[in-house]
Amino acid sequence: MTAHAPLLQLSGLTKAYPGVVANDDVSFDIGPGQIHALLGENGAGKSTLVKMIYGLVKPDKGEMRLRGQAYAPGQPSDARKSGIAMVFQHFSLFDALDVAENVALGMENPPPLRDLATRIRDVSEAYGLPLDPARLVGELSAGERQRVEIIRCLLQDPKLLIMDEPTSVLTPQEVDILFRTLRKLSDEGTAILYISHKLEEIRSLCSEATILRGGKKVATCDPREKSARELAELMVGQLLTPPERPERPFGDVVLQVDGLSLASNNPFGTSLKDINFALRAGEVLGIAGVAGNGQDELLLVLSGELASPSDRVRLLGQPVGHLGPNGRRELGLVAAPEERLGHAAAPDMSLTENAYLSGAHRKGLAKNGFIDWAKTRAFAESVIARFDVRTPGPHVVARALSGGNLQKFVIGREIEQNPAVIIVNQPTWGVDASAAATIRQALLDLAGQGAGVVVISQDLDELLEVADSFAALNEGRLTPPRPAKGLTVDEIGLMMGGAHGMHAAEGTAQ
Amino acid sequence: MILGSIQPAVLIAALMVAATPILLAAIGELVVEKAGVLNLGVEGMMILGAVAGFIVAVQTGNPTLGFIGAAVAGGLLALLFALLTQVLMANQVASGLALTLFGLGLSALLGQAYVGISPPRTPKLDLGPLSDIPFLGRAFFSHDALVYLAIAIVIGVWWFLKYSRAGLILRAVGENHDAAHGLGYHVKRVRALAIVFGGACAGLGGAYLSLIRVPQWTEGMTAGAGWIALALVVFASWRPFRALAGAYLFGGIVVLQLNLQAAGVKIPVEYLSMSPYLITIIVLVFISSGKARGSLNAPGSLNRPFHASG
Repeated sequence: MTAHAPLLQLSGLTKAYPGVVANDDVSFDIGPGQIHALLGENGAGKSTLVKMIYGLVKPDKGEMRLRGQAYAPGQPSDARKSGIAMVFQHFSLFDALDVAENVALGMENPPPLRDLATRIRDVSEAYGLPLDPARLVGELSAGERQRVEIIRCLLQDPKLLIMDEPTSVLTPQEVDILFRTLRKLSDEGTAILYISHKLEEIRSLCSEATILRGGKKVATCDPREKSARELAELMVGQLLTPPERPERPFGDVVLQVDGLSLASNNPFGTSLKDINFALRAGEVLGIAGVAGNGQDELLLVLSGELASPSDRVRLLGQPVGHLGPNGRRELGLVAAPEERLGHAAAPDMSLTENAYLSGAHRKGLAKNGFIDWAKTRAFAESVIARFDVRTPGPHVVARALSGGNLQKFVIGREIEQNPAVIIVNQPTWGVDASAAATIRQALLDLAGQGAGVVVISQDLDELLEVADSFAALNEGRLTPPRPAKGLTVDEIGLMMGGAHGMHAAEGTAQ
Repeated sequence: MILGSIQPAVLIAALMVAATPILLAAIGELVVEKAGVLNLGVEGMMILGAVAGFIVAVQTGNPTLGFIGAAVAGGLLALLFALLTQVLMANQVASGLALTLFGLGLSALLGQAYVGISPPRTPKLDLGPLSDIPFLGRAFFSHDALVYLAIAIVIGVWWFLKYSRAGLILRAVGENHDAAHGLGYHVKRVRALAIVFGGACAGLGGAYLSLIRVPQWTEGMTAGAGWIALALVVFASWRPFRALAGAYLFGGIVVLQLNLQAAGVKIPVEYLSMSPYLITIIVLVFISSGKARGSLNAPGSLNRPFHASG
């Protein structure tokens, strides 16, 4: 395929934002029908690069050529007219509109809605991605939402399809089906620019990979000829040590949940149905699941933000279901939610103030109803020092920190409180590899000291790295926990609900 | 016996007239909120429309020009709001409240020389034989053109939002402005246009008060109609035909209140004046409980400022 003239040529693309060069002189080619991987850590400049190709951002320097012609899209509709379509990482969908309306919004010249519905059905069947055009997007699962995005792109018969981290919300079985769809598209001549940091996926799917680090291209190679380790080292630029997990005996049950059911407080949320598990001291329980299967609700009900009948949740044998977050913190249960800004941390408050908000009770930061600022600052500084949070000091507001640094701070803030039980949701989401390793190691160390740890995550590799036992959330139900040792990815996929009603694309083209 | 003095046909005719100003203002605000903007300046745009329409009509002797002038004045004031909130990124709630106060003050200043004057009469629309139908003719077919124009705008807005591509884009912008931006739609431009449309409608509603309903200019004559219109949008859960029904309901309450007084019923007027707001509060509580279907219809980006990110 690469023998043909390239479809898209990028040469010397540069884009700088105040204080950071997002892309520095990036050049590579994409051939027709090629599945080309764009690899890099968070902040390596992948998103900026594809935004330039899609017309959302204008490059400061450099040029692009599409089929040999100069190509400088002023806005996304120009890109779409030129045959470039994009599936976004954070879905660009509208909850309150139906599938057909969402598809129409992403098209240049959509047919009348009735014809569009028929075409959506046809294309979705042809590619094994069933969808009902009349359903509200807010009611769809994450996998189904992605189908909406993909079909929106396919209806425009694109020559280049950009996919930004498409598998982070899918079960392993759904990933297989997606890959079959992508290979079929590639056979039909559609080039795919595939952005990811999951190396095994790229090695199985892509024929060429461009690796970015710190905004610069470090290599273009054939990922099938490199080992995952070689790719990782190119990506990170240093050697990574996997976290250590010493063998240790488990203690008594510290957190027990029996028959917990709870209606979601969000109209598009997932209600929890009959959740049961027991967590022992020193144990790390990993809870997998595709986004939107009740993870948020589970965290809220365990942290105490949502109350439940008191005997449904027991902490160290004591019923705590009726207690709020502060009541549970005093007894030794702390939590770190997924959303860093606005949930785990107040964006416009300083790190010191944020440290107080969670640590006030367990660290005794208030005296006679007044805040002990010296002690609070010392607490914030100890978190910053221990977790290597890169910030000028604890007086900086939370909003000013990068995602990874803030994540280290909010997780570290909870770990520093020496809890008996800690619940974390997506602890390393959007965090670079070395920071992620620090956070995982800290959670394992805490378990080693005898705390119970619940890690809710959509990253299976992460769960397999840290978890002693393993359960999955699927439509608000939790599977019985199983020992993590010896579990295969296939088994985990089935625990997560398999392929959610999808079927593979037919081998033959229409 | 007491209620017997109220004639149904006259009551219906009166309530259609009473409802038209708030209906016009509400349907405009509905479009604005569907685009994700909360403009609390409806009252200010209405009263400016009332005085501007009055002045133009008196100066030219032509009520039609008066209504056009009112729509332009309301639209201009709304443009100021669009400049503040969409370009200068000012807080929508504070800007809207300021717009109301500014409109009230400006209209009082402009209208000083016009107090106590009668405007040129707006003729009733001649609907020929329709007006002669017993009861129906008196109730529904003996109005001025604006009453029907208001209904036509409601139908137009309903069609626009439901079936047109521009309406779909407007709803998308109001539902999730980040996603709309990501797809390449001009969030601020769409919102600015919606805001101006809302202002023009509010201006028309205001002029209806000063040129037809009262008809006279007095300071502060909108007397809270803009706030009722705002409440009405929520009450209607952002659906055009519910806004129509709600406007006639609220209009009915106003008329009933006058009739009951005239008929000598001893209910303090204040109870009825309060009722639209009470109903709205109940609706708001119901919606924000999260269980109601209605909650699914509130625009997702309502009152959230949009910052384009790189």
